[in-house]
Amino acid sequence: MRIELVKRPQSSPLFSALSPFLALLLTLFAGAVMFLFLGKNPLEALYFFFIDPLLETWSLHELMVKAAPLILIGVGLSVCYLSNNWNIGAEGQFIVGAIAGSILPVMFPGFQTWIVLPLMLLMGVLGGAAYAAIPAFLKARFNTNEILVSLMLVYVAELFLDWLVRGPWRNPEGYNFPETRNFHDFAVLPEIWPDAGRAHWGIIFAIAAALVLWFVLSRTLKGIEVKVVGQSPRAGRFGGFSRARMVIFAFLVSGALAGLAGISEVSGAIGQLRPAISPGYGFTAIIVAFLGRLNPLGIIAAGFVLALSYLGGEAAQISIGVTDKTARAFQGMLLFFVLACDCLIHYRIRLTRTVAARSTEAPAGHA
Amino acid sequence: MLESVLLTIATAATPLLIAAIGELVAERSGVLNLGVEGMMIMGAVTGFSVSLLSGSAWLGVVAAIVVGAAFALLFGFLTLTLVTNQVATGLALTLFGLGVSGMIGESFVGQPGMRLGVVDIPVLSDLPVVGRLVFGQDPLFYLSLLLTAGVAYFLFGTRAGLMLRAVGDNPASAHAQGISVIGIRYLAVMFGGACAGLAGAYLSLVYTPQWVENMTAGRGWIALALVVFASWRPWRVIAGAYLFGGVTIGQLHAQAIGVAIPSQMLSSLPYVATIVVLVVISQNRRLTMMNTPASLGRPFVPDR
Repeated sequence: MRIELVKRPQSSPLFSALSPFLALLLTLFAGAVMFLFLGKNPLEALYFFFIDPLLETWSLHELMVKAAPLILIGVGLSVCYLSNNWNIGAEGQFIVGAIAGSILPVMFPGFQTWIVLPLMLLMGVLGGAAYAAIPAFLKARFNTNEILVSLMLVYVAELFLDWLVRGPWRNPEGYNFPETRNFHDFAVLPEIWPDAGRAHWGIIFAIAAALVLWFVLSRTLKGIEVKVVGQSPRAGRFGGFSRARMVIFAFLVSGALAGLAGISEVSGAIGQLRPAISPGYGFTAIIVAFLGRLNPLGIIAAGFVLALSYLGGEAAQISIGVTDKTARAFQGMLLFFVLACDCLIHYRIRLTRTVAARSTEAPAGHA
Repeated sequence: MLESVLLTIATAATPLLIAAIGELVAERSGVLNLGVEGMMIMGAVTGFSVSLLSGSAWLGVVAAIVVGAAFALLFGFLTLTLVTNQVATGLALTLFGLGVSGMIGESFVGQPGMRLGVVDIPVLSDLPVVGRLVFGQDPLFYLSLLLTAGVAYFLFGTRAGLMLRAVGDNPASAHAQGISVIGIRYLAVMFGGACAGLAGAYLSLVYTPQWVENMTAGRGWIALALVVFASWRPWRVIAGAYLFGGVTIGQLHAQAIGVAIPSQMLSSLPYVATIVVLVVISQNRRLTMMNTPASLGRPFVPDR
């Protein structure tokens, strides 16, 4: 048996729509097999992982809390990936956005008016964008590999945050715990329905950002520029589009949104800075972007799916005693299946038997 | 003092060297596998757990190599057979590896691990200064140097190495010559995975014999940067690996003697150094253009 790809004359619209769902199904199936190996009842495990968190109001709120940063970062990354810029350091931009946005409530706790929150959000956006500008500038100016630079900056940001909360920004009344002072009331992103649960305005920012970027990408010249430069830099040059400007644009957009996600998370969900403020949102958002097929509307749905995997991990740990690390394995597996299923969009897969293939092979065929 | 510093630099550099040499072979065949970090962490957890359960550190090393190669095979199936995007698939491999290793390793957290013994050539290893350095290190240290020499000879001194480079530079003409592009790429990618697995086992069996989640701490990514630094030349990887080993150990010693710089800033030095090195190398366009495999990262679908 061998697998052979036959290129489709045109990409298949059927499989473009189907492939994310196919990938989800395959992930569930592989997950069931994984739970079987762990000695758990696979159906029960999948129930606790993917259904149980949807049954309570409070956990639906948690779903929105977790989906907000994933969608915000994911739509930003879609601009990068569509234009062939590989920003994989969104986790670092998230952290720097959170730090920049926290300057006011941490360093000037006495400054308490309504203007504080908008300023914090703005500074978070600027912080994330500025941090993303480093790999962008280096790529545009020196052709330095943006993948490695953006990733290295994640480690630098994590260590910087660690230093801040253990050193200069440590809460003076905090019994030496490595955390900043709690944000005052004017610095907290409000909850949407305070009586029902924790969901805060971050999810509204996320959906708004997705809608705006959907419009920009599908209805404006800038959107065409993003896609042309990404798919064919040569055609982009003929069209008068600058590659360097696109690098900067894509990174600034995704950095700004990652920064907004960072300050929203800290201000809305945590209420202070700590050594670890993200369970890998910046990396999981890469999966969100691909599961959403780099389409901002698809990314909204994908963000909720991946948020569910976080919640499911926690739920399954409590109810059936599998480690919450299974969630990370699930997420990685999902990206594999998404990428593999995307293959069906451009190719038809034909299984041929090796013996038969050999005997009919033309002399020019590869050995 | 000097001897012990040099020894620790060697143990910090060896895993980087092994992983980077493996990735270099894969990239020379035209495949960019960003999953080094994932394969490396799988090697670390496999090496640790298998040696602990079996009582043999060597069995752990072998298992780590096999698991690394198996993960690379998965990557190969996706990128070579199903023609998925290499960058995204490599990221998936890293995320998947970090998740699975966390799952497997959970029950081993905090357990004391096995340590791979050192080679000790009597008399010679007692020589002053160079004794331990040249004659008394762990066996994988020697293997890493042999590996570099072997890869350098293979790539530039054998027919098979020439074929591999041809596949990385111009797969279409290699295909027309009757060379199996996909077959060679599979082998190269799996060699890279085996090396990454071995490098991971080095971390959990020699460098710090214990299991800590995410213990590779970006070393897989630094190995990728080393390949660029070395401009795809095997011998230059040694220089890069020892430079980074030196930075890593230097900042650790600076922390130990209490330099008045926050430890977090010192810890971030290897990452900052990576960025600086990448910028310096990429500025020299002639050097990179001359040595970069011409089809690096581009998929190839044989027509028939």
